Amino acid sequence: MDLTHDLTSLIAKSFGLFYLIALSVGITVYAYWPSLGKRFDKAANSILDDEDGPCR
Amino acid sequence: MMERLTGAERQIALMICVVMATVGLVMAAAGRGDPMGSHGAIVLIAAGITTFFVLRAIGEPEPAEDRTVNYYDDPTKAGLVIALFWAVVGMGMGVWVAAQLAWPDLRFDAAWSSFGRIRPVHTSGVIFGFGGNALIATSYHVMQRTSRARLAGHVSPWFVLLGFNLFCIVAASGYLMGVTQSKEYAEPEWYADIWLVIVWVVYFVLYIRTLARRNEPHIYVANWYYMAFILVVAILHIVNNLAVPASLTGAKSYSAFAGVQDAMTQWWYGHNAVAFFLTAGFLGMLYYFLPKRAERPIYSYRLSILSFWGIVFFYIWAGSHHLHYTALPQWVQTLGMTFSVMLLVPSWASAGNALMTLNGAWHKVRDDATLRFMMVAAVFYGLSTFEGSFMAVRAVNSLSHYTDWTVGHVHAGAMGWVALITFGSIYSVVPLLWKRETMYSWKLVEWHFWLALAGTVIYVFAMWNSGIIQGLMWRTYTDSGTLAYSFTDTLVAMHPYYVARACGGALFLTGAILAAYNVYMTIRHAPEKHPERDYPTSSEAAEPAVPAAE
Ligand code: HEM
Ligand code: HEM
Repeated sequence: MDLTHDLTSLIAKSFGLFYLIALSVGITVYAYWPSLGKRFDKAANSILDDEDGPCR
Repeated sequence: MMERLTGAERQIALMICVVMATVGLVMAAAGRGDPMGSHGAIVLIAAGITTFFVLRAIGEPEPAEDRTVNYYDDPTKAGLVIALFWAVVGMGMGVWVAAQLAWPDLRFDAAWSSFGRIRPVHTSGVIFGFGGNALIATSYHVMQRTSRARLAGHVSPWFVLLGFNLFCIVAASGYLMGVTQSKEYAEPEWYADIWLVIVWVVYFVLYIRTLARRNEPHIYVANWYYMAFILVVAILHIVNNLAVPASLTGAKSYSAFAGVQDAMTQWWYGHNAVAFFLTAGFLGMLYYFLPKRAERPIYSYRLSILSFWGIVFFYIWAGSHHLHYTALPQWVQTLGMTFSVMLLVPSWASAGNALMTLNGAWHKVRDDATLRFMMVAAVFYGLSTFEGSFMAVRAVNSLSHYTDWTVGHVHAGAMGWVALITFGSIYSVVPLLWKRETMYSWKLVEWHFWLALAGTVIYVFAMWNSGIIQGLMWRTYTDSGTLAYSFTDTLVAMHPYYVARACGGALFLTGAILAAYNVYMTIRHAPEKHPERDYPTSSEAAEPAVPAAE
């Protein structure tokens, strides 16, 4: 099958749309998933005191 | 610095040097009479210098330090100093290019000093030399701190840093000899491109291996940005540089693409170079150094995740806005335009997140020029992304394209955002790395800040004026339907702005020179900070003076 202009534009206009929508939804759900809040807070604070050297 | 490598590591380093020297010799011999031969000589000299440093250390006793208790910061230090060197060279070239546009006689009639050759020395010098080294150096710093793990390896960080600089030198010297692929920001020829791929793959592996050692469960968001920068730049670089060398003994090559496909590939590369070189990596810096310096966690960590994925997945599609009104199919142009407009959302989310982090700490911003660098950088980031989204609209682009407006947009981003966030990060990290109390002179930091801000504002306003005048003159018709202005008329109208831009650039360059001097003096003369224990200390010893519950 040739990768013609019509085919690429069809893929871009159909599959491209849905995969980007799915991606946006997925990421938003992940970022705002309630039980992950603590982990994110901890990560945000973790950099403020990080000069204590590696453990490994 | 090589004394800190173990004996086995020194031998590996030596072997790499020998291989490099051989490659340089072969290039020099095979490419005689071609610029490639001169590049072979450069590679040979670079390998020789590195060999000298390795050999000096090779007989030394094994290092006695305990590698599990501290971070490995030598390559970071070297990278920062090299970045400042390139800043002065690259911006110095920028001022020269700007001056040539105002006073063409400043070419001095040599071939190597013509506009077309020194312009890419400026762009590569600042983007890759200054920006790239700063990114590599700060990424080493940030990846270790955020994962509380030492760099995975001691030779590979040096390989990446020095190898990357070899690429930069081959690139810049090639331009002066007239070597170019004629693809903007991807000018170096095939052998330099292959070399960069090797360096970049080692860089990526180093990053992943360091993260794999991490002692933090969550990978801090700055690392995501740095990783996107490394990974996507690798993909872009490889695809856009697919080419067939005309001969294996010469620099010339031909692109694997033709016509509008070539143009689209180039601007897919070009725009994502902006996105992943000039934006993603520097956002990594922002998300680490700004909260750190302000001593406040990022305003919304969740928002930072959202904007990360937004930036990654929107930017990839935006490149076609560089090709409005060309042979590119209309729907592809529209696609690029749409994604560019959507990009405003994650871009402003990042800029807003940074500014909201400072909300409540404005007194720190007022007192601390280092933090002010970062704050102004976030503002310019917001400004230039707004402008970019606007310029990507086809109707607006019909006015801005080919004019100095684009150059103004570029420098609002490059000077206002990229350079300022880098200087802010350098000022916050240098005293820490060299174990000094503070920078040698905070007054010089203050001077630098105002010089840089004034320089950027003058530059950008000059180019906005010049570009819009130019664009409007090009589209003014007489009653009989002919063009009202000749090309020369536009040049006359733009001349005062070119002079202003050269002056603004000179201010910015002066600031960069002050920064280099200040960093040098900090390393040499600033009083040392003597921590109670060897620095960095263990966490028990570093209890905050005020208990955390307060
Ligand atoms: C001392 C400050 C600077 C001066 C005087 C300066 C000057 C210039 C000049 C005269 C041009 C050519 C414009 C033209 O062809 O009409 C240019 C292009 C460019 N400069 Fe700078 N520059 C400076 C700083 C920077 C910095 C810090 C960066 C990046 C981090 C940068 C990135 C670029 C880029 C990407 C272009 C190409 C723009 C395009 O093709 O549209 N410049 N600069
Ligand atoms: C939402 C973000 C952005 C969008 C949508 C955007 C859009 C644009 C558009 C439409 C152009 C003009 C293309 C043309 O007419 O040829 C352009 C040029 C450019 N932009 Fe941006 N921009 C954004 C952010 C940035 C940032 C943050 C930087 C720098 C750090 C930057 C650097 C550049 C450069 C270097 C060029 C010139 C390319 C060339 O012709 O050589 N952009 N951008």
